[in-house]
Amino acid sequence: MLPLEFSDLSYAVGDTRIIRGISARIEAGPRTVILGPNGAGKSVLMRLCHGLLIPTGGRITWHGARNGDVRRHQAMVFQRPVMLRRSALANVVYGLELAGKSRRESGLRAMDVLEVVGLAPYATRPARVLSGGEQQRLALARAWALGPEVLFLDEPTANLDPSATHDIENIINAIHASGTKVIMTTHNLGQARRLGDEILFMSNGRLMEHTPIDRFFREPASAEAAAFIKGELPWQ
Amino acid sequence: MAIVRGVVLALTLLGVLQGPAAWAQQKSIVVASTTSTENSGLFKHILPIFKTKTGIDVRVVAQGTGQALDTGKRGDADVVFVHDKVKELALVKEGAFVNRNDVMYNDFVVVGPKSDPAKIVGSKDVTAALKAISAAKAPFASRGDKSGTHAAELRLWQAAGVDVASGKGGWYRETGSGMGATLNTASGMNAYALTDRGTWLSFKNRGDLTIVVEGDKRLFNQYGVMLVNPARHSHVKKELGQSFIDWLVSADGQKSIANYKIGGEQLFFPNAGR
Amino acid sequence: MNSLGEAFIAAWQLLAGFDAELAQVVGLSLQVSITAVLIATLIGLPLGATIAVERFRGRQMLIVLLNALMGLPPVVVGLLVYLLLSRAGPLGSLGILFTPQAMIIAQTVLIAPIIAALSRQTIEDAWREYEEQLRSLGARRLTAGMTLIWDTRFSLLTIVLAGFGRAVAEVGAVMIVGGNIDGVTRVMTTTIALETSKGDLPLALGLGIVLISLVVVLNALVAVIREAALRRYG
Repeated sequence: MLPLEFSDLSYAVGDTRIIRGISARIEAGPRTVILGPNGAGKSVLMRLCHGLLIPTGGRITWHGARNGDVRRHQAMVFQRPVMLRRSALANVVYGLELAGKSRRESGLRAMDVLEVVGLAPYATRPARVLSGGEQQRLALARAWALGPEVLFLDEPTANLDPSATHDIENIINAIHASGTKVIMTTHNLGQARRLGDEILFMSNGRLMEHTPIDRFFREPASAEAAAFIKGELPWQ
Repeated sequence: MAIVRGVVLALTLLGVLQGPAAWAQQKSIVVASTTSTENSGLFKHILPIFKTKTGIDVRVVAQGTGQALDTGKRGDADVVFVHDKVKELALVKEGAFVNRNDVMYNDFVVVGPKSDPAKIVGSKDVTAALKAISAAKAPFASRGDKSGTHAAELRLWQAAGVDVASGKGGWYRETGSGMGATLNTASGMNAYALTDRGTWLSFKNRGDLTIVVEGDKRLFNQYGVMLVNPARHSHVKKELGQSFIDWLVSADGQKSIANYKIGGEQLFFPNAGR
Repeated sequence: MNSLGEAFIAAWQLLAGFDAELAQVVGLSLQVSITAVLIATLIGLPLGATIAVERFRGRQMLIVLLNALMGLPPVVVGLLVYLLLSRAGPLGSLGILFTPQAMIIAQTVLIAPIIAALSRQTIEDAWREYEEQLRSLGARRLTAGMTLIWDTRFSLLTIVLAGFGRAVAEVGAVMIVGGNIDGVTRVMTTTIALETSKGDLPLALGLGIVLISLVVVLNALVAVIREAALRRYG
């Protein structure tokens, strides 16, 4: 269903314009990282793509078609994982059953995915008593189990320690390797460098650059990007 | 699904789904009566005897006489058993009830604090005593609830020539509640009160109260029983209701009433057909 | 004389010599109030959940109304149900005035708004946390509602218990629609009212202590369950 295209996409709440006329085209294949400071509009852009928010201007198209039945083919992992008050396994099964899979099929698939993210020993544990890193791994498993063509990740490691971050990044790479398109937001330059193939750099609701990763760090095109890379904060 | 099944099972166990039919199958009647007869314990004494004889379960709803008459008028009871003969006869005339019979009487007594601020202890003249209470502005607790006792009390004040309206908020205090509650109030504030003897004898929270006036003929309290007019309310169980009325006025019923005693004292005096 | 002391002695004697009559009164209290709570939950929970997750015109008004209905005076509810069920009233042909069914109806009317209003609040708070995740997974409103109910079940249990506490402890409504008929519609609270009117204050208070103990034990039980569940399920 890729490419994903925006044309003159905007989103406003009342008078506050959060996304200000973004146009871009995201192709299948490379790991796309949406980078930018807090408040740049990264998470909102991602929610618009995923269909959780409705644009107030412009349009989003998937493979030339408007956002119709495309939710089936995408999944999203949030910054703070929402764990249902049931076992780890049941959390994964829940998503699969919502996607129309039979109970039996869901159970088998869920066990497989838990195995891959290293949570198989915790399958019967209540999800809410897992550690933060384990919960985020479980959230990834729940999303991945659905077999999405596109996986959105909104600051997936923002609340985690380095070791847990490392685990999550490995899983993200595994998901990418399995053929799923990964689109993630981060404000962490190191993570962008480690996980990104191409960068969408956002600042203040605008898309400043859309470039391959090495060029972005070598020769940023915008002053904002250059400042961000240097660690300066000119927007405050 | 398991949840739904569980709920249905629970409701069934609790007997809710049996519906009203299960209740109707039993031979039973509803009798609207007064708190004084219920509180005195008379029903607990006579109803088992009646049930043994006839198999009919009598369900007593104890209210003030005014409310009990209203319950009957609305058709929510089969029989009423109250003590306000004037009103009862008026309602029979109006067609709300049929087959009224005198059943028994007891008497009212005036109770008051042992300190007796109105100086009426031992009096046998109730109107003189009431005059003395109002003259002394001694506290008096009235039912004030349009019950039979309240109606009797108001008739006595009238006979005494006292206008209680002027004492309202002062020495004359309307509790607007049942006999027991009014006695609790009287006991709490050492007030005089008019009560039926039955309630008084079975009343336990007397505090400083004692009987100060009794034995005046004007203190007699007639109880009557009557059937809710089945012509007005077709669902009234007239055969069962009538058999209760018939039993109350029969020799057996009258004897059962006379036999009810508290501490050796007879509470109600049968006088059916006299 | 020490009324409180006598009351505790009376309560102890009541409990120790658990006689058949008391058992029946307590049993009927439980039967009526538990049934009312079940029905009120079946009405109030879906209603609360619906209001929590749906957005419609007049929603705010409905919430205000429900919150206000939580404070319904039992006597007023009793009177309304009485007038409905009276032979002279619209549902008179059912002939269930002065039966336990009438008491169940009155208590249901009394506590359904409580359960609806409180569960609305609980489920809405959870919805705020879960909304994006559930929508992302493709849950429709109905599924989302069920999921929220299941996930807040321990909080909801406390709410249901609050409803039960209110039902079992109220006297105004059941007195009017039940009639306090000995052996048929006499429950703990109406017995307490009756014994009070007989001036048998120690016995009335003794029964009151039995009632309070019952509610305390139930609450303690649920608190233990909740505590264990939270430790287990987080």
